[in-house]
Amino acid sequence: MSALAEAAPPTAEIPAAVDLREEFESSGVKDVLAELDRDLIGLAPVKKRIRETAALLLVERARKRMGLAHETPTLHMSFTGNPGTGKTTVAMRMADLLHRLGYIRKGHLVSVTRDDLVGQYIGHTAPKTKEILKKAMGGVLFIDEAYYLYRPENERDYGQEAIEILLQVMENQRDDLVVILAGYAQRMDRFFESNPGFRSRIAHHIDFPDYTDDELFRIAETMLGQQNYHLDNPAAEAMTAYIAKRRGQPHFANARSIRNALDRARLRQANRLFETATGPLDAEALSTISAEDIKASRVFSMPGNKASGLGKGDQ
Amino acid sequence: MRITQGAFSFLPDLTDDQIRSQVQYCIDNGWAVSLEFTDDPHPRNTYWDMWGHPMFDNPDAAALLLELRECRKVYGDRYIRVVAFDATHGWESVKLSLIVNRPAEEPGFRLSRQEGAGRLVHYTTTPYAADRPAGNRYAS
Repeated sequence: MSALAEAAPPTAEIPAAVDLREEFESSGVKDVLAELDRDLIGLAPVKKRIRETAALLLVERARKRMGLAHETPTLHMSFTGNPGTGKTTVAMRMADLLHRLGYIRKGHLVSVTRDDLVGQYIGHTAPKTKEILKKAMGGVLFIDEAYYLYRPENERDYGQEAIEILLQVMENQRDDLVVILAGYAQRMDRFFESNPGFRSRIAHHIDFPDYTDDELFRIAETMLGQQNYHLDNPAAEAMTAYIAKRRGQPHFANARSIRNALDRARLRQANRLFETATGPLDAEALSTISAEDIKASRVFSMPGNKASGLGKGDQ
Repeated sequence: MRITQGAFSFLPDLTDDQIRSQVQYCIDNGWAVSLEFTDDPHPRNTYWDMWGHPMFDNPDAAALLLELRECRKVYGDRYIRVVAFDATHGWESVKLSLIVNRPAEEPGFRLSRQEGAGRLVHYTTTPYAADRPAGNRYAS
């Protein structure tokens, strides 16, 4: 009996019970999740996964405090989904979440692509990759379009070197940084097939679904609202039609396409006001996007097929 | 003889965790930390060899510890110090330096006296280690 008591490490008193609800609120996780719900439209499966991850981490933290767990759980993740589905935005929230839970010390996000990691000549890659890894320590390293790191067609490609360093740090310094890989689903699958080391080191795979037309419309409204613009009724109808048409056309990038469309609509609105205004304009006129600003888009004059769409885009 | 240069050198050697906290303190102050090593411990030898670049934009001390581990692998038999450089205008100088690695055996210094004209004596200290060529001074 006494031997057992002696063997126990002289830690601070171990709590007998943990109130998860209380932890959830005091750690700030609740705020992050609420913000996520409020700010991000759609993405229901993603939010569910994040909620689950947060729950796991909270429980893990409580277990650690009671002396039941010692190892840091693997937190490396992969985000797969089409362009413009909010992978980077969610990664940023993830960094915040992990920071509040105390799994990373700083909570910053370093977003990189192949160019930042892979060098151009022999001996250039390792220092470059290490430099980025050092910058990301204490935070989250977000590798966008991670599959470009691996180029099977060129066996002397330096990407492999970057991958090896990454894997080593991901394994040995799990306490120091969290790596999130992002990219299109199919190509990421192929990437993981050819790099089994990555697959086994990544515990959380989160898939980002495309937005529905209705969600895209709400996103458009939110984006405009943030810039103090709004759509009038005919413009709202035009926007709905625009979204439906745009989806069928090439290079559709979900929310990013919408953002670009809105930027162009603002341009046209400014132009229209400039050319048609005869007297002074009030705030209402300056912040209203009307149907003609959207209807002027190329999307409406373009057939939904790929070949001609590309030709026009080049002009 | 134990070399005492920089901060904390009269204390027992810092553990890696203690080094991490010191380095984090430097980073939080906005100083750029870097590593330097040498096998010439003479106090007037201020220019040590650099290990990598100064880390101007790493927010976490883990990066320095990573480099320290690497540096110890290569130069574990020499002196290694952490240098924290303050780049703010008007300072532009080292704010803190501390030894984070030292050879297993430190032979110390020889004091030599040179008698000059009259009864004048010049004193010079020479590290015993410097008797051997650079690179082979501390048997590991």
